[in-house]
Amino acid sequence: MTELLITRSNHLVDPYVHVWAWQIPVYLFLGGWVAGMMSLAGYFQWQGRHRDRQCTCVLTPWLGVVLLSLGMFALFLDLEHKRYFWRLYTTFEIASPMSWGAWILVVVYPALLAAALVQPPQWLRRAVPATEALASWLESRPALVRTVGLASLVLGLALGIYTGILLSALGARPLWSSAILGPLFLLSGLSSAAAFVHLVARRRDERVFLARADNLFLMLELAAIVLFLIGLATATEAHKQAAGLLLGGPYTAVFWVGVVGLGIAVPLVVQSLAVRHRIQHTPLGPIMVIAGGLALRFVIVYAGQVSHWAPQVAQF
Amino acid sequence: MARYGMVIDTVRCVGCMDCVVACKTENEVPEGLNRDWIAYETRGKHPTLQMEIRTERCNHCDEPPCVTCCPTGASHVEDFGRIVLVTHQECIGCKACLASCPYDARFVHPEGYADKCTFCIHRVKDGLDPACVAVCPTHCMHFGDFDDPNSVVSRLLASRRHHALLVAAGTAPRIFYLD
Repeated sequence: MTELLITRSNHLVDPYVHVWAWQIPVYLFLGGWVAGMMSLAGYFQWQGRHRDRQCTCVLTPWLGVVLLSLGMFALFLDLEHKRYFWRLYTTFEIASPMSWGAWILVVVYPALLAAALVQPPQWLRRAVPATEALASWLESRPALVRTVGLASLVLGLALGIYTGILLSALGARPLWSSAILGPLFLLSGLSSAAAFVHLVARRRDERVFLARADNLFLMLELAAIVLFLIGLATATEAHKQAAGLLLGGPYTAVFWVGVVGLGIAVPLVVQSLAVRHRIQHTPLGPIMVIAGGLALRFVIVYAGQVSHWAPQVAQF
Repeated sequence: MARYGMVIDTVRCVGCMDCVVACKTENEVPEGLNRDWIAYETRGKHPTLQMEIRTERCNHCDEPPCVTCCPTGASHVEDFGRIVLVTHQECIGCKACLASCPYDARFVHPEGYADKCTFCIHRVKDGLDPACVAVCPTHCMHFGDFDDPNSVVSRLLASRRHHALLVAAGTAPRIFYLD
C-alpha cells in the first residue's frame, strides 16, 4: 500500500484535476452532433437526394452552423486567457490535437455553410432571394453538389473523431488514453444526428430510414464502449483503476443507468420495436439518445480528470 | 548544449519547506499556489513501513506531454538547458497542459496563463542555482547538467541508487531521487 501526502493545494489541480467544467463536455457534444449532421447531410447530398425538398437530412447543416457556433462559444468561455485566443491561428502545432481541431474548424465552417446553401429552408428562400438563386444554380450542377456532399461527409467524420482524440492524446489521464474514444464519440455524434432527424423528419420513409441508421449506430456504440472498457481493464494498474471509476467507482451509476441504459439500450429497444411496426414511432427514443450523448461527454470528461497515474493523494 | 535537471537526496530531505518558501519569494508565486511542494510517501504494511520525504516540482521531462499538446506553442522546450517554459503572451489558458501532466505540476496563474517551475532560469543564466536548491539547509538538492558526465548530478546518478517519479507515464522526467 502506498499513501501520498502533499503540501500542495493548487486551484483546478488538487485534490484531483478538475480543469474542465461544463463547457468542454458541451463543446464535445455539440461538435460531435454537428459532425454527425454533416456526415448525414453529406451522404444524402452525395446520393443526389438534395433535389427532394421534403428531405430533412439536407437541412441539418443550417442547424449545424448554429450548434457549432454555440459549441465554439462554450470553448471560448472555458479559456482562462481569453484575449490571446487568436494565438491558435498564428501557428500550426502538428503534435497538438487541439491545434488540429482549431484548424479543422476553419475548414469545417465553409464546408458546413456550402452544404447548407445546397438546400436553403423555404422561409430563407423567400426572405433572401439570393439563396434561392444560388440553390437553383447549384441544382443544375450535380457534380458540384456531390463534391460539396463528399467534403461535408469527410470533414464531418474528421470532426467527430477529433472530439475523441482531443482527450485520448492526454496520456496523463488513464481513462482517456484509449484510441477508441475517437470512434466512440464519432458514433455517438452520428447517433445523435440520426436521432434528431428521426425526431423532426417530415416524411415517414425518412424517419424510418434514420431510425434504422440510429439503431445501427447505437449497436456499434455499445460495442465501442465494451472494447473501451476491455482495453482499460486489461492494461496497467493505472488504467484498471481508471476503468474502476465506471465499474464500481463513483461514476458507475450515471454511466450505466444514464449513458448506457437510458441513452443507448432503452432507445435501441424502443426504436427497434418502432421500425418493426410493433409500436408507434415516439419522440421518446430520439430524445433519450440525444440526452445520452450529452451525458456520455460529461461522464468521460469528469471521470477522466479524476483518473491519474500517481498513488492516492491526500493533502494537509 | 546543456540538459539541466536535479538530483534530490531523500535521505537528507526533512520536509522543512524552505525550498517552497524560497520559490514563492523568488518567483512571486501568488497566494494559494505552489510551483514546488513537499510529498510524504508511506509504503508497505505496518509494522514494516517505509517513508520517503521529498521536494517535488515540474520534472522538465525529456518527452514533455505539456509541450506536445499545446495548441499555440506557448509551452516549449527552451534551447538553454532544455528547460520547459511557458510564454505567457502565447498561452490561451486552454488547460490542456494541466490535464496532460502526470505530476500535476502546472496551475493557472490568476492572470490567466499556465504557470509552473522554471528551474529559476533567470538565476541559472547568471550562474546561480535555482532558489530552492540555494536555500536548502540540508544540502539535499543538486542542480546541474546531465549531458556533462562530470557534473555533480551525473556523478551522483552514477554512484547512488536512485529513482524517478511515475516513470510508467512515459515522459522521461529529469528529476531523480536518491534512495
